[in-house]
Amino acid sequence: MIELSLDGQLLRVAQGTTVAAALYLGGDGNSRTSVSGQRRAPFCGMGVCQECRVSIDGQRRLACQTLCRTGMQVETQP
Amino acid sequence: MNADVIVIGAGIVGSACAKTLAQRGMNVLVLDSQRGGATAAGMGHLVAMDDNPAELALSRYSIELWQQWAPQLAADCAYRNCGTLWLAASQEELQAAAHKGETLRAQGVACQLLDAEGLRQTEPMLRRDLSGALKVNGDSIVYAPNAARWMLTQGGTRIRQRCEQVSAVEGNRVRLADGSWLQAKLVIMANGIHASELCPELPIRPKKGHILITDRYPGRIQHQLVELGYAASAHVTSGTTVAFNAQPRPTGQILLGSSRQFDSLSPEVEGAVLARMLQRALDYLPELSQLSAIRSWTGFRAATPDGLPLIGAHPQQPGLWLAVGHEGLGVTTAPGTAQLLAEQLLGEPSAIDPTPYRPERFLHTPELKEQHR
Repeated sequence: MIELSLDGQLLRVAQGTTVAAALYLGGDGNSRTSVSGQRRAPFCGMGVCQECRVSIDGQRRLACQTLCRTGMQVETQP
Repeated sequence: MNADVIVIGAGIVGSACAKTLAQRGMNVLVLDSQRGGATAAGMGHLVAMDDNPAELALSRYSIELWQQWAPQLAADCAYRNCGTLWLAASQEELQAAAHKGETLRAQGVACQLLDAEGLRQTEPMLRRDLSGALKVNGDSIVYAPNAARWMLTQGGTRIRQRCEQVSAVEGNRVRLADGSWLQAKLVIMANGIHASELCPELPIRPKKGHILITDRYPGRIQHQLVELGYAASAHVTSGTTVAFNAQPRPTGQILLGSSRQFDSLSPEVEGAVLARMLQRALDYLPELSQLSAIRSWTGFRAATPDGLPLIGAHPQQPGLWLAVGHEGLGVTTAPGTAQLLAEQLLGEPSAIDPTPYRPERFLHTPELKEQHR
């Protein structure tokens, strides 16, 4: 199992889990809030739509294109 | 008659013409094929450009009109008076910036020269070793697609819109894709690069451009940032050039340009061109490498041989008027274009000299003996 932090909460996921899947496993599934205030979540799952932007260890990343690693700090946009 | 005026093209120029003429009491029918044009692709930088006196006269006058409209613009037009910084990378360029400042001030455009330290304090994200910049205070940004839509709402019931592709133009008549004809007292072509499909005699060439936008990183830059070499890049007439141009969007995103390519009509994003453009941007804003881009796209500017738009009557087609060929400056100069056209249509005195923009400089008036043949 891999241990990572999602918005400050410890989360354990199986090897090979994407951060997009972790958003659903450990949170409400949302990744960010749009300019117009809508909550957004992973949509295309293949790195094109840009809806799953989150901060990973301080860098903006696509959750669907990133595998969970031990010690990773994932933060969604409120 | 289907209207007093038919405008072909609902981009920023066509919409400005519709607004200006409707507000003078004319009934305007705006036709747009929804193919999308430069209005939706460009940066929406309202910039006083001074490559020649005519360009400066039209851009300065248009920015004044934008400033008058600003209080009424809808919020989603995202108008912001952020100003432009023309960046000098060497002492030579700083001298060029000072000269540019003199040219602009002589025409009443407010600006100040920043030295290297002043620039570092104003825009700390920029490379530290720049020599300074010219700050042009009145330049602004706008979200052009919404500004065009807003203009079309300003004519009340005097502006009607139809989604139609025009397949032919003959003076004051236009043929639609279904073969039917519409007629008005006059027709205004404001359809950018597509104008030459209807009038092949127009000297308009498409100039492809790339744009890229980042995720939201509020507060990193405050002004539209443009390298002083931008104008030189913009006037090359063949091949591919890039120049650094960055805009702070009100959302916190950074919009990056610019590239110029002739003789391509393919809308795809070209990796090699985008890479050159971004390398140029990294030269000025090294920390961009830490930011995420979320989209890139392309568009086509309608370029004329002398870089000035065609504004006025088509000399060979009575009833047909032109408002095309604005290249990269259509969003800036749309209000002035509409005003110049309205003044000529209605025989009013002109706020600025309309001569440099007249289509006659490329399209000769038929000789009388030919008309009587």
